[in-house]
Amino acid sequence: MPPAPESAGDVLETSDQRRAGATGAVTLTLRIRRYNPELRGEESWWDEFTIQADPNDRLLDALHQVKWYHDGTLALRRSCAHGICGSDAMMVNGKNRLACKVLVKDVAPKVTVEPIRGLPVLKDLYVDMEPFFNGYRSILPYLINDEGEPDAERLQSPEERHRFDDTTKCILCACCTTSCPVFWGDDEYVGPAAIVNAHRFIYDSRDHGADERLKILSEKTGVFRCRTTFNCTEACPRGIEVTKAIQEVKRSILFERF
Amino acid sequence: MAKRKSDVGTLYKGSPGQWSWMAHRITGVAVILFLFAHVIDTAVVGWGPNAYNRVTAVYHNWVVRLLELGLVAAVLYHAINGVKIMILDFWPSTARHFKVLSILTSAVFVLSMVPIVWIMGRDILDLAFRWNL
Ligand code: SF4
Ligand code: SF4
Ligand code: FES
Repeated sequence: MPPAPESAGDVLETSDQRRAGATGAVTLTLRIRRYNPELRGEESWWDEFTIQADPNDRLLDALHQVKWYHDGTLALRRSCAHGICGSDAMMVNGKNRLACKVLVKDVAPKVTVEPIRGLPVLKDLYVDMEPFFNGYRSILPYLINDEGEPDAERLQSPEERHRFDDTTKCILCACCTTSCPVFWGDDEYVGPAAIVNAHRFIYDSRDHGADERLKILSEKTGVFRCRTTFNCTEACPRGIEVTKAIQEVKRSILFERF
Repeated sequence: MAKRKSDVGTLYKGSPGQWSWMAHRITGVAVILFLFAHVIDTAVVGWGPNAYNRVTAVYHNWVVRLLELGLVAAVLYHAINGVKIMILDFWPSTARHFKVLSILTSAVFVLSMVPIVWIMGRDILDLAFRWNL
């Protein structure tokens, strides 16, 4: 929370002056894609806000400053502010990023912020994630093992664990899926994030649901919609090799299922 | 609450793969469109050699020759990029070297276009300006 302002009247001044007083504050202009059907109908518009910010602040801090001191109606999603909850995916200067993992000094003096693409925008930077999670749910993202409960843990060798290590890192932020040109044009495609999470179980030696998942992903809404454009890999804030994982699943379908 | 698809704001600055994917589609459509014309002009041979020669004579001018050069470029690009996609499909670990792979396939395309432009380009200049190169 920001320190309480002295009085409601000089909120704006107080905040910006305090920032300007900090050592080496920089001026940052945020150009934000806005949408508010309740107030302005179906048309989106651009808003610009110029603020003072510490170069080592995150873009999320800058957005907070806009929301808290300039325009309280700005809608955005965020929670942890530390790149782990996956709430604040947005399009920053034309690329999907987590606002909490972008530093002000890397985008100053001007940054363009838009909602992630391919999902219904509800307000400003806030999109309906349901279609994204539908894709995720469709690949059965849980352990399937009918052997009954073991007495101790299900053991796994370091090599077996390593096989799917990369895809365990996913935080379901949707940066990948909403950067995918195929997903923009086709709601039915499960999207890279769903495949990453399927990969996490398909190659887990403790899981027995691989056949079922490969069958789901071999359908026309599955992996073969992917055209290897690598937008997803570049967008992933967790550095997951998304396209590689998708290609591995494609290969498994080709050589194991048929 | 209003439900709608996200609107299109600025251009998504994606991976080079985004552009090679678009180029792959465009060249694919271009080649198939040519194929339709080609099926028709070849079918004219059914009306005898004279009819065929009359129709293909249309091709003997610099505009069409320029388009032909474009066609060769489209086929070549589509083929080389297709090989790149197959490499990625059959050896998923090459995904890690996508940038190198992209640069390599672009280089192969550009280098193989050099002699083609040289050979076909002379013909085009000849037809356009009677340069007799
Ligand atoms: S590599 Fe596949 S899943 Fe990833 S952005 Fe491209 S088409 Fe979409
Ligand atoms: S794969 Fe990466 S970009 Fe995609 S949802 Fe998971 S963490 Fe986000
Ligand atoms: S706010 Fe949690 S990932 Fe950015």
